[in-house]
Amino acid sequence: MITVMKLRTINRHLREGVKNVFRNGWMSVASIGAVTVTLILVGAFLTLIFNLNQMAENVEQDVEINTLIDLTVNKEDILELGDQIKAIDGVDSVLFSSKDDELQKLITSMGEQGKSWGLFEQDNPLNHVYIVRAKDPNQTMAIAEKIEAMDHVEEVNYGKDVVERLFEFNKYARIIGLVLIGGLVFTAIFLISNTIKLTIMARSREIGIMKLVGATNGFIRWPFFIEGMLLGILGSILPVTAIMAGYYYLITNVSQHITLPFVKLLPFNPFAWQLSLAIVGVGALIGIWGSVMSVRKFLKV
Amino acid sequence: MIVMKDIFKTYNNGVTALNGVNVEIKQGEFVYIVGPSGAGKSTFIRLMYREAKPTSGSIIINDIDLGELKERKVPELRRQIGVIFQDFKLLPKLSTYENVAFALEVTEEHPRNIRKRVLEVLDLVGLKNKARSFPNELSGGEQQRVSIARAIVNHPKIVIADEPTGNLDPETSWGIMRVFEEINSRGTTIIMATHSKEIVNTIKKRVIAIEDGLIVRDERRGDYGYEA
Repeated sequence: MITVMKLRTINRHLREGVKNVFRNGWMSVASIGAVTVTLILVGAFLTLIFNLNQMAENVEQDVEINTLIDLTVNKEDILELGDQIKAIDGVDSVLFSSKDDELQKLITSMGEQGKSWGLFEQDNPLNHVYIVRAKDPNQTMAIAEKIEAMDHVEEVNYGKDVVERLFEFNKYARIIGLVLIGGLVFTAIFLISNTIKLTIMARSREIGIMKLVGATNGFIRWPFFIEGMLLGILGSILPVTAIMAGYYYLITNVSQHITLPFVKLLPFNPFAWQLSLAIVGVGALIGIWGSVMSVRKFLKV
Repeated sequence: MIVMKDIFKTYNNGVTALNGVNVEIKQGEFVYIVGPSGAGKSTFIRLMYREAKPTSGSIIINDIDLGELKERKVPELRRQIGVIFQDFKLLPKLSTYENVAFALEVTEEHPRNIRKRVLEVLDLVGLKNKARSFPNELSGGEQQRVSIARAIVNHPKIVIADEPTGNLDPETSWGIMRVFEEINSRGTTIIMATHSKEIVNTIKKRVIAIEDGLIVRDERRGDYGYEA
């Protein structure tokens, strides 16, 4: 039934909803506590999942195919091979790196030990290389296979194991995280609806009276809706504070000490704000769902 | 105007409360429902404001066919009928004023009208000075007058009372009856189930006697007819 509610009625429901939160004293505190605990865990998991996701994406973006070119090939063949690779669907960029460049890279990457490799400068045993990037990192494997089948290609390297394992890990991390969050949210809804149910049981007589006086179900339900939403939002205050503070600490103190190339946390702005908003939203939803679910039973009189 | 035709009511536990009731009550009448406990008086009354549904038969109240009334329209029916109970059924956390105002709030009446109308009926039942009191601060008679005020605050055409004086001493009961007569004199139909011989025999009105789920007597200006 959709009827336009008058402003003063909305006002009345808001007032009643707020009053109920205070009237139920410790029950409200218990509900808020349940939401708080849940949201702290949900927040922590979301932070973890989003950052893992970001890191995985960083790695994915960095996946290159090193195409080692046969040592015996002449210049024209090398150019032709380059054109062939460029013609493959889904290839983003093809970069030629001569064997001298490769040696240089190797030497720098080895640091101190690399100096001994300097001996090879006269007689470089390395191959010329095409460095290929896929437009979509997921296509890396398919492209690599096509390149491997071409003439004048000695070998193709793209960290096959690393890429595959990473994709797998990412997939499971996402699934497990979502299942855990789902479970937590469900538990919180259950807890809150039970707490509110206890307070409603005491009020079931009142609900009955309201109905006898001609109150519609909607009229009775709205204050409970507001009450649940308030409980949820109040329950999200502490988690939001904790996440803001915790994430700020992580960003300013911890992430500086991490030097691994792919491990970069999402920036505080906007991530922490978005996350906070999401947490307040989830909190409100949990509260509303819990209270509306528990009042439903008492309206069927 | 209330019309009941061939009303049967059997509860889920197998108890038959009404066994073929036919009755017609015109607008503005004052009717006593009498009979022994468990004869079906309460069921008869509860059918009218749709707290119970008949097993078979039809009820028409103010041109509303209760058999065809949709569940979500029930509140509208109840706003046209004022109901008064033996145990008052006041909302314990609301003051006298708020209890009466509640019946208008559910109709989304304008606050200014609510205030005016509530003070009007509180004056009528003689409780203007108790507007801020809570139910547990009031005597039984006062609580019943609050519930009467609530029942009549939105000008219902019909007021139904289920043993309204059942919990009250005789003195207080006469006060309540004066209020009912006053409301009735303004054209409101009053239907009142009662066990009070004195009231029925003193304030002479139409009497409907129910026994074993049947109307056994229906007199224009009747007596209580049972030994109290």
